[in-house]
Amino acid sequence: MTHEVQPDYIGAKMGMWLFLFTEILLFGGLFVLFAVHLSRYPAGFHAGSATLSVPFGSANTVVLITSSLTMALAVTAVQRGERRRTLALLGATVGLAGVFLINKFFEWSAKFQHGIYPGSEHMLEMEKGQAAFYAMYYAMTGLHGLHVVIGMCVIAWVMGLVAAGRVHRDRFVTLENAGLYWHLVDLVWIYLFPLFYLVT
Amino acid sequence: MDDGGRHHVLPYRLLVGVWGGLLTLTGITVWASTIDFGFLNVVIALTIATSKALLVVLVFMHLRYENRTFHAMVLTAFVILAIFIGFTFFDTAYR
Repeated sequence: MTHEVQPDYIGAKMGMWLFLFTEILLFGGLFVLFAVHLSRYPAGFHAGSATLSVPFGSANTVVLITSSLTMALAVTAVQRGERRRTLALLGATVGLAGVFLINKFFEWSAKFQHGIYPGSEHMLEMEKGQAAFYAMYYAMTGLHGLHVVIGMCVIAWVMGLVAAGRVHRDRFVTLENAGLYWHLVDLVWIYLFPLFYLVT
Repeated sequence: MDDGGRHHVLPYRLLVGVWGGLLTLTGITVWASTIDFGFLNVVIALTIATSKALLVVLVFMHLRYENRTFHAMVLTAFVILAIFIGFTFFDTAYR
């Protein structure tokens, strides 16, 4: 199953990849910081990690991986010209992203209720390594969460384009690029999950 | 492949298969974390994460089906990231 290519197709996709590299370097810097702190304060990181809920984190991992699947399926659907299925799959992706954020909200609020948030008295009194762990936790999952919100907006916008008939089987690079962005969000979480919840 | 005016349309079944693989690997990484391998725990977790990342990049992000320019670009970006991480560790390890 092949179609004629639109003239700017390769360039549009290459531009998206170049943007993704800047995102990889952004998160890469934070991962380096995480690794340096982890090697400096192994005990504090162990104690911090032990307070995170593995079932919650695992559930969110499953949710995000599934949203990556519905996104990838949406690209196939649009290439096949299945407009309604494309819209349903994109809607599912946005919905799953929402579930991810709601889980994250509950996780963060539980920590807030224990007085653990940047600048709180409890965190200032904490042992240095554990405070570093929570600081990294909020910075990295927060930045990741922001990417989830942006991804939801981008996908919702693409849904509008599909519904309006501006993205279709012969012109789908916008949807494909939105997909690339969404898979990157998933990629970042694939590393965040074991580092924060599992490695102790 | 050389993208000479052709697109790869990935079958639904392949995508669902990759999803199954990702879920399985997630299960394995959670299970492995409950066993104490000492320092190896980090190595195991990152190895599994990287296998998952490869599945996402190669299939979900279609990199396997892109032309050589894309492969070279992605490889370059990751080599730069490796240099960045590597040199940071030279600095912190021998300070």
